[in-house]
Amino acid sequence: METYSFLREFADSWMLLVLFLFFVGVILWAIRPGSNKTHRDTANIPFRNEDKPAASKEART
Amino acid sequence: MLNYIKLIALGLITLFAMIAASYARDLAYQVHAILIMAISAGLFLWVLRNTDEPVPAAVLETSYMDGVIRYGVIATAFWGVVGFLVGTFIAFQLAFPALNFDWAQGYANFGRLRPLHTSAVIFAFGGNALIATSFYVVQRTSAARLWGGNLGWFVFWGYNLFIVLAATGYLLGATQSKEYAEPEWYVDLWLTIVWLAYLAVFLGTIIKRKEPHIYVANWFFLSFIVTVAMLHVFNNLSIPVSIFGSKSVQVFAGVQDAMVQWWYGHNAVGFFLTAGFLGMMYYFIPKQAERPVFSYKLSIIHFWALIFLYIWAGPHHLHYTALPDWASTLGMVFSIVLWMPSWGGMINGLMTLSGAWDKLRTDPVIRMMVISLGFYGMSTFEGPMMSIRAVNSLSHYTDWTIGHVHSGALGWNGMITFGALYFLVPKLWNRQRLYSLSMVSWHFWLATIGIILYAASMWVTGIMEGLMWREVDANGFLVNSFADTVSAKFPMYVVRALGGVMYVTGALIMCYNLWMTVKRSPAKDAVMSPAAVPAE
Repeated sequence: METYSFLREFADSWMLLVLFLFFVGVILWAIRPGSNKTHRDTANIPFRNEDKPAASKEART
Repeated sequence: MLNYIKLIALGLITLFAMIAASYARDLAYQVHAILIMAISAGLFLWVLRNTDEPVPAAVLETSYMDGVIRYGVIATAFWGVVGFLVGTFIAFQLAFPALNFDWAQGYANFGRLRPLHTSAVIFAFGGNALIATSFYVVQRTSAARLWGGNLGWFVFWGYNLFIVLAATGYLLGATQSKEYAEPEWYVDLWLTIVWLAYLAVFLGTIIKRKEPHIYVANWFFLSFIVTVAMLHVFNNLSIPVSIFGSKSVQVFAGVQDAMVQWWYGHNAVGFFLTAGFLGMMYYFIPKQAERPVFSYKLSIIHFWALIFLYIWAGPHHLHYTALPDWASTLGMVFSIVLWMPSWGGMINGLMTLSGAWDKLRTDPVIRMMVISLGFYGMSTFEGPMMSIRAVNSLSHYTDWTIGHVHSGALGWNGMITFGALYFLVPKLWNRQRLYSLSMVSWHFWLATIGIILYAASMWVTGIMEGLMWREVDANGFLVNSFADTVSAKFPMYVVRALGGVMYVTGALIMCYNLWMTVKRSPAKDAVMSPAAVPAE
């Protein structure tokens, strides 16, 4: 099979499936149980370390 | 040691630029060669003067690198005014063709100034705003100083050199005739180098972050940087005719070239003007509203949906062309699906204000950010609608397209950038507050009414000329000639130009306000005064 037809067929089938499943996986991962606490912490990042970098990972808040 | 390598490199560049200037095959190339010769010779002297001098103490990791961001803010305001002025002038040129002065033919006629305007506002104003805000945001949200030391300065100056080369090239006639990708091959190569340095600085800062998670704004900025690198390289694959001339020949031809161009062109909108500016939105709106983003989960889904969909939308620029039907249908379908993430993101931004809506009354800066989201929602509704083939058959090649672009660019990109500048200047120059809030209100209303005049007049004239072009009489003959539509559009062109005047007036008020904020506004308490901050 020539390259174009092969890639075209691959893109229409397996690659589409992989991308779609990845996307569904992202959504499921985002709404997984127990993610609320992490997301609340992450959403508050802009309100920390306004003036200078954190000295260490532990001192970030 | 590094300085010796720099000296050798700068010396060689100067020498080559001298040779290139004398062998140059066209004026644009010659001017650019002289410009590069002067810059690299100047840098050579500067490096030479600093060589074998005592090395300053290592930069402290206890402060953020804000010097380059201050320069970025100034460059953003400067290029913004330049771009808006050129845009207003060419709007008057369209209404009054006599403004294409005879003595400036070949340099300052509409055809030469139009790419100058688009590149000045998109790449100079928008690009500097993106670089400055991304450097600001990535440091704060990673709790780490910018990676790469002076590489951040290289990105800033290198990017602005690219802009100067592009702008002077347009006026002198160096263009590869690809919309929004007009710069010729050597300017493209230079931008590639600068952009990879930008990627390195941004990614390096993320990698050494102190926060365990990467804040959503950085996801958007990163996707913008990575995708623009990819788009830029593929759309500018060309072979120069001579190493001593600006002319080059594209590698792709025909419909492939058109498809690559609009794959690039629409993703310049999707990733440069949307993803990058959404990065700004996800930081500055929560900061100005003083509350975290409405739904962090929604922001994650917004990000992935947006980048999964946008990349396919380009073919909607090529309805009814040689492009296969399946490809333009694909582009159309993905454009319509884009409604969902776009509006999801808009709602996420707007709802961040829930419980703080009273701020809209008291804080003109947040008003600016909110109206930018309003225009984002409006233009991301209008765009998918215009991508539908039947609508496109009416709207394509008319002024409706120009109106759509400007409601997005002036409304969304412009307003969110103004909001970010109003936020950044007091922070970066250690001021308690802005010089004048009522000036911000003036700017807000001038810009908003200006955009409305612009968009409304373009809707009217666009739909009118679309209908005039397709009008046939009982015998099936076209009723109107092209010149009939041109003369019918005159009043709307004047209204559009007046809208531009209002918008540029607002921007000038902003510049004055920001200048006075730095000069006159009271400083914050002495703890963080500039004197106490280590030299950048």
